[in-house]
Amino acid sequence: MRALVIDDSRTMRRIVADILGELGFDTSQAGNGREALDMLEAGETFDVACIDWNMPVMDGLEFIAAVRARHEWPDLTLIMVTTEGERDQVVRALAAGAHEYIMKPFTPDALASKLGLLGLLPVEESL
Amino acid sequence: MTISAGTFTFVADLVRRCSGVQLTADKEYLVEARLQPIVRQIGLEGVDEYVDTLRMAPHGAEHDRVVEALTTNETSWFRDFTTFQVLVGHVVPALIQDREASRPLRVWSAGCSTGQEPYSIVMALLDAAPGRTVEITATDISQEALRRGRAGRYSQLEINRGLPAGMLVRHFARAGTEWELSEEVRSKVTFSRHNLLDTPPPGGPFDIIFLCYVLIYFDPETRREVLRRVRSVLAPGGFLLLGAAEVIGVGDGWDRVPIGRGHLYQVNARGAA
Repeated sequence: MRALVIDDSRTMRRIVADILGELGFDTSQAGNGREALDMLEAGETFDVACIDWNMPVMDGLEFIAAVRARHEWPDLTLIMVTTEGERDQVVRALAAGAHEYIMKPFTPDALASKLGLLGLLPVEESL
Repeated sequence: MTISAGTFTFVADLVRRCSGVQLTADKEYLVEARLQPIVRQIGLEGVDEYVDTLRMAPHGAEHDRVVEALTTNETSWFRDFTTFQVLVGHVVPALIQDREASRPLRVWSAGCSTGQEPYSIVMALLDAAPGRTVEITATDISQEALRRGRAGRYSQLEINRGLPAGMLVRHFARAGTEWELSEEVRSKVTFSRHNLLDTPPPGGPFDIIFLCYVLIYFDPETRREVLRRVRSVLAPGGFLLLGAAEVIGVGDGWDRVPIGRGHLYQVNARGAA
């Protein structure tokens, strides 16, 4: 399983990548939505992307909308991972095409539980 | 810091007598970790000193507090997604076909902790059995857990644990730093204090009983007794669900329904006899 971590904070990227690594994912990182889109356009494939909302150049919401508009990566699962915690923002992210939403701060088991919901983990690890 | 052997023995014995839960010797850390906050709150020196005060007093509220502290379990929304897939994909369709539409679907969430399990069941049933009346009886031994369940308010950290974002949007509203469940969901759950070693709670017979990650805390004899009581309030054709990662024998009276990876059981002829 391959995961792409998209966040403008290097520290945050490392934290999320470490959790995903523990769960058995091979991870890559991108500093904003545009970089991530470049990687996809270059033919890199991922099973899941964990996407920060607020980033320069292209933010998480724009990235999700761009991926969904292109129909080229139908198997890519999109999880918004953000400090934005208002109900309306969750609604906007889902409407743009996010599959799941996690609010920072979060614990490793929270990310594992969301991946479990999406069928991206064996059951034992989604507990 | 560690606790004395005498302290551990006293607490383990108290918890076993009051709840049936077995604290094996390797759970010393648990006793210390769970009692430390109480000790700090009271302003005592340490867990040993606190337990000494309990030893000298007749059984009272403070003893109950210890039992609660040691028997409250980790929980999350839709814990074991496979269990809920079995509920929605097999159990509910079978019951809808089998039961008159006018009859409520009755569910017992045994060992419900702070409410995530019974509320997850309601959210799943609202989708899987639209239009059906559902009545959930949620029980736990911990008054504090029940109080939190009744309140129906959860922190962001709790919300993150397993609640699908779509369910969050549909059934919750922001309440300050917390999230509050809708009245529609909350009104379907009745919380009450119950010890699994006592007579089963009112609200049955139940079509579905959730007994997830509960039996693992009991010794084999206590398990049999709990299962006997559970069976006595399971409606004919009803289903028992255990946790998906629980590898536990339920005995002769039950047949495992081979659906997916969930641990789903029904009473067989021997169990009904």
